[in-house]
Amino acid sequence: MSMTIHVDIVSAEASIYSGLAEMVYAPGIMGELGIAPRHAPLVTRLKPGEIRVDTGKEELDFFISGGILEVQPHVITVLADTAIRADDLDEAKALEAKKRAEDKLADKSANIDFAKAQVELAEAAAQLQAISRLRKVK
Amino acid sequence: MAVGKEIKTKIASVQSTQKITRAMEMVAASKMRKTQERVLAARPYAKKMSQVIRHLAQASSEYKHAYLQERDVKRIGVILISSDRGLCGGLNSNLFRKFVAQLKEWDSEGTEVVMASIGLKGEGFLGRLGGEVLGSVTHLGETPSIEDLIGVVKTMLAAYDEGHIDRFYIAHNDYVNTMTQSPQVVQLLPVHTEELEEELTHHWDYIYEPDAKDVLDQLLIRYIESLVYQGVLENNACEQAARMVAMKSASDNAGTLIDELQLVYNKARQASITQELSEIVAGAAAV
Repeated sequence: MSMTIHVDIVSAEASIYSGLAEMVYAPGIMGELGIAPRHAPLVTRLKPGEIRVDTGKEELDFFISGGILEVQPHVITVLADTAIRADDLDEAKALEAKKRAEDKLADKSANIDFAKAQVELAEAAAQLQAISRLRKVK
Repeated sequence: MAVGKEIKTKIASVQSTQKITRAMEMVAASKMRKTQERVLAARPYAKKMSQVIRHLAQASSEYKHAYLQERDVKRIGVILISSDRGLCGGLNSNLFRKFVAQLKEWDSEGTEVVMASIGLKGEGFLGRLGGEVLGSVTHLGETPSIEDLIGVVKTMLAAYDEGHIDRFYIAHNDYVNTMTQSPQVVQLLPVHTEELEEELTHHWDYIYEPDAKDVLDQLLIRYIESLVYQGVLENNACEQAARMVAMKSASDNAGTLIDELQLVYNKARQASITQELSEIVAGAAAV
């Protein structure tokens, strides 16, 4: 039997693949990589593209939109991104989040109004207490 | 019969309320299961990530990232993760109470706080609370994707990079079990190094492509994002669990209310029959 290495492909939202492989091909940021068992430890960023896992019996394809590949002596880990990422795209999203905060939260005073918050929380707590008391009485 | 017509309508209205709360309870129960599965599905990624980061911190790389280094704390950044909808018992107010207590503690230590929110309830709360708010995102729905969170996390990370904040926390509900959800404030940045610096048994370094700095930069950003994402998922599971429990007790309460009203109705009906009878008997005696 030929040599195999364990491969884990995970994304933030789900585990995509876990199993043994004879060879893994990945789209590295500096070029296509082919990784065989006993490869030297390596960490690289990945470009959007296709990861091919050769299990010896069949070849599996996974599309990823970027991520990170880590090679250790006995395991290959692919941390796949689920979203298309680029610095300017991220920046745009950050601006969006900021804009929303500015639109919704007109109160720009830098001081936190603890007293007001506490009154509000006390009210909520009192309501909850009243409800549970009512429940007990019945 | 004219007797107790008001009571009858009241009973009918409570019954229709009970139907709604029952339906909400069942919907929440089935959603809860799905949200729990999602929490479990997201765990391997965060686990793998922390393993890789630990390896990187161990590997004798010369590059020390800002996210791994403690610095003097002048200002703290917090993301408050809450639900978009209400009707989930004390879930959000418990979290807000914990959050305010933590803010007070920081305030007494003389550190300033900047905030951001995920979820509609938190946004409203921060609006009333005042203070500096960096970013906000709402309406993530039952299947939040990491893409929706990039923006708000980025505002915080950018603030950290610029030195605007020196520590970064998230506040969210942690799912213990269906009955228990515990509000938590957790530090994300700087990444706890004591966890990372264990078992320095053998020194070996990776081959980095393109270089250590580049890889570590991306890795740490993804790591933080995945932790925030996990917080959102946990909070989601908590929301459904809390809603299920709240709606169950609402249905039960409606049931007891209906029983009581029914009793009052029956008594009134009997009283009116007795009265009619005695009137007839009295009338007959008079003739």
